Amino acid sequence: MGVIEKVSGPLVVAKDMLGSSMYDVVKVGKDELIGEIIQLKKDRAIIQVYEDTTGIGPGEKVESTKLPLSVELGPGILSNIYDGIQRPLEVLRSKSGVFIEKGIVAEPVDKKKKWKFVAEKGVKAGSSVSEGQIIGHVQETELIKHYIMVPYGVSGRIKSIKEGSFAVEETIAVVEGNGKGKTHEISMLQRRSVRKPSKYKNRFRSDEPLITGQRVVDTLFPVAKGGTAAVPGPFGAGKTVIQHQLAKYADSDIVVYVGCGERGNEMTEILTEFPELKDPRSGRPLMERTVLIANTSNMPVAAREASIYTGITLAEYFRDMGYSVAIMADSTSRWAEAMREISARLEEMPGEEGYPAYLPKRLAEYYERGGKVETLSGKIGSITLVGAVSPPGGDLSEPVSQGTLRVVKTFWSLDAALANSRHFPSINWLSSYSLYIDSLESWYEKNLGKEFLEMRKEIMQTLQKEAELKDIVQLVGAEALPDHERLVLEIGKIIRENFLRQSAFDEVDAYTSLKKQQFMIKTMLLFSRKAEASLKDGVPLDSVIKMKVIDQIARMKEVKEQDVEKAEKRIAEEMDKEFEEVAKAYVETGKK
Amino acid sequence: MKFEIDFKTIESVSGPLVVVGKQGNAKYNEIVRIRLPDGEQRLGQVLETTEKNAVVQVFGPTSGINVDSTSVSFLGETFMVGVGESMLGRIFDGQGRPKDSGPAIAYDERRDINGYPINPAARAMPSDFIETGISSIDGLDTLVRGQKLPIFSSSGLPHNQLTAQITRQATVKNQSEGFAAVFAGIGITYDDAQYFINEFRKTGSFKRTVAFINLADDPSIERILTPRLALATAEYLAYDRGMHVLVILNDMTNYAEALRELSSAREEVPGRRGYPGYMYTDLASLYERAGAVKGRKGSITQLNVVTMPSDDVTHPIPDLTGYITEGQIFLSRELTNKGIYPPVQPLGSLSRLMGNGIGHGKTREDHKNVSDQLYGAYAKAQDAKSLSAIVGAEALSDSDKMYLKFGDEFENKFIRQGTYEKRTIEETLAIGWDLLSELPERELTRIKSEFIEKYYKKHKESKSEKGK
Repeated sequence: MGVIEKVSGPLVVAKDMLGSSMYDVVKVGKDELIGEIIQLKKDRAIIQVYEDTTGIGPGEKVESTKLPLSVELGPGILSNIYDGIQRPLEVLRSKSGVFIEKGIVAEPVDKKKKWKFVAEKGVKAGSSVSEGQIIGHVQETELIKHYIMVPYGVSGRIKSIKEGSFAVEETIAVVEGNGKGKTHEISMLQRRSVRKPSKYKNRFRSDEPLITGQRVVDTLFPVAKGGTAAVPGPFGAGKTVIQHQLAKYADSDIVVYVGCGERGNEMTEILTEFPELKDPRSGRPLMERTVLIANTSNMPVAAREASIYTGITLAEYFRDMGYSVAIMADSTSRWAEAMREISARLEEMPGEEGYPAYLPKRLAEYYERGGKVETLSGKIGSITLVGAVSPPGGDLSEPVSQGTLRVVKTFWSLDAALANSRHFPSINWLSSYSLYIDSLESWYEKNLGKEFLEMRKEIMQTLQKEAELKDIVQLVGAEALPDHERLVLEIGKIIRENFLRQSAFDEVDAYTSLKKQQFMIKTMLLFSRKAEASLKDGVPLDSVIKMKVIDQIARMKEVKEQDVEKAEKRIAEEMDKEFEEVAKAYVETGKK
Repeated sequence: MKFEIDFKTIESVSGPLVVVGKQGNAKYNEIVRIRLPDGEQRLGQVLETTEKNAVVQVFGPTSGINVDSTSVSFLGETFMVGVGESMLGRIFDGQGRPKDSGPAIAYDERRDINGYPINPAARAMPSDFIETGISSIDGLDTLVRGQKLPIFSSSGLPHNQLTAQITRQATVKNQSEGFAAVFAGIGITYDDAQYFINEFRKTGSFKRTVAFINLADDPSIERILTPRLALATAEYLAYDRGMHVLVILNDMTNYAEALRELSSAREEVPGRRGYPGYMYTDLASLYERAGAVKGRKGSITQLNVVTMPSDDVTHPIPDLTGYITEGQIFLSRELTNKGIYPPVQPLGSLSRLMGNGIGHGKTREDHKNVSDQLYGAYAKAQDAKSLSAIVGAEALSDSDKMYLKFGDEFENKFIRQGTYEKRTIEETLAIGWDLLSELPERELTRIKSEFIEKYYKKHKESKSEKGK
């Protein structure tokens, strides 16, 4: 048992702490606030405390639990909202009301609730098992089977296994260890240290896209399942809305959403919306596949530092069951700032902009915990990481943005000017990139046909060309351009306004299937080709851009998913008709 | 009466900080009372405590404090403030002491000024539309009850008039529950403080107002306290007395500068422009106290004035504020120079909670579309304007000319309005449609077909009739 020597904000120094190890969880002071040892100097331990240290002073006791900061894993995690150190906020609310008071303890998963455990086929007494192997499952929500895995460090022969209703801490199986005849009782609950990545057999290249229903993402800048993406942008650019859209519509099995040092009302929004919203594929409430971690900006800063690790550890746990998991972290900059604050209190020599010198390493370590893997049980699972970055003043030259861009492969560059004109998502089509296009190529070819990537390229080229022409227009005015170049401006406008722009708040527009995206692109490009051909035939641009079919193209996003084929046919027919009319009219005037 | 021990063990005094030695075991954030040799008392707070000494930040000047005869006692509690309904209609100084000549105040209870963080799971989603009567806010960046929306201004811009106008006019439809305003003047001039109090008095809203005033020449360290006193009072009125409280923190730039002063006195490693690295967290501890909670009637809406040093929105104070608050109202010098009041620049302004407060049953079904389209069109007008500055108005395309005209009309008819002019949301949307009906239907890509049918055509027809 140690004694407090100094308190300075979230940092406490305690003496007489011999016997404790780095990253052990400790209970600090008379309120037994939860903290973690982050530095040891002889018998002195420096502790970061996950709760407000107001009212704590020298002389009070510090007790080490001798356990590293861990999360509890088992049925009952899904649909929950936790704080940064996995305390369920609903339980805290029932204990202390509207405000989070200090020193409240709460079990991360309900220890009394009974779950129906079903053993895996072929797993019975006498089977030999090893760590990470699946021995059975619980139907946690209608959407998700929660697989029960052999905890780390346990392997051997199953002595007994039971099926039926159990609470998470009850023994469901007994395993006789290899060698010394040690037996392990296995329950549905296990603990994992948050700072250690989970184990897996193999890691693969990510070769399947995460389908998000967001057109600019899926078509232009996709992220692969098991891949990484960063969303940096100034405030008001729509980082959070994009993250929310991904959490709602991404086709991963599980979503972990970490609200790290951000607004309380944003978490409330998820909590209000998600139970109402249906997963577009299964029709079940989205909350059934979601776990929320909320450590808002006014909650203790040290717990903010931990929240990212808590989130990724939960994500890994579900991946190890063979699921595809997507984790959104909003915002990693607040996480970095928490590190900076702790580092400054430790009086460490600061690196760039006061951030600790180990910031880039921590960022890289975090993003490397993703990936597509073969799990210890032989299944394929993946974690896709999407991190928001909030650079001061929107300037990406700062350390968090730079450290992130070095490791992520998809970059959605948010643009303040687009956001100001209410073009959302404000992902800039010129400066964003996705390095997954090559590895996803065969998936696209197989699922959408060869022409999809060709069309994508054409869209990108049109946008690029449009930007170049706009620079010229800035100098000489649009009237000075030849017709075929002014057509590029018109096509660019159609793509930007009607395809790239997508309303998150409109029922139909919020989610666009790949099929509908393909229809939209095809139609826009068809128009572009036909218009080009007409211009070559001498039809003046003005009569092309006055065509009525453009209005229909502009309203493609209003087309409901089930009407896509009909709309495609209708628009194509009208386009043919109108181009014919225009050509005819031109020929007639030409005759005169 | 609690037993207090006086320590005459001050080791050093530097800026607003006093180091007290051999004091037993001071608690972190504990409040201390400092007695000067002449009997004057000041309050302070423990910033760091070790077995040997405690670093104390003094709320007030440190002049007159000496090492040999000043005594310090530790009060065993955090900074508490008396709260009560009888505070309405009263004026307090920056430390919460009554400043007017009214009777003694009967406080209902004492509260920790720092409060506790609201449990995110206990928050209720803000969704009640507040009609401020100002088109550029109601129409484009709607304020919602429980929101924190700062006004990004600069010196010389009319943020005081606008704040006063919003406070005067703000109403919520079909709601008659108690309303109160808590005004925190942080480092403002005597004139500005007087302006607000007079405005509130003039309209009779003063009896529903609590004012905390820290003047520009009051101790800057007191500015750390003032907003917290205001918010603790607001929380009591909102969550214990069921009132809808509008909190005005004016001016947060002065607050941030006091924070920087304190940080440099503590010799901390400075962050951007000398502001402390924890400024985001510190500002959040104020701004996040806005909101509404499940099961309680009241709410706290924050309207915070931030003056941007040299009009720079990337300066750490507006920058960090914008990252925490739910949008911002951006005042523009260009519009002010054109003589337009209120000079709310839509491109740059934002209300994140707008979506929850508008639409069918709240404002009107077409509100979102109208707002988006006005935004889009005004952005194009700005593009056309910068283009015409280079190539000349003659070289502009017809479409650019059309938008140029739209931009002027938008600024003059939609944004411009009187200081005492209150427009209903229907009036605001009607002006919006009038402007949009000048554009061809094809340009309205952000408006659903059904609203084109319902509103666009109607406005267009009524216009052409008027034309006849």
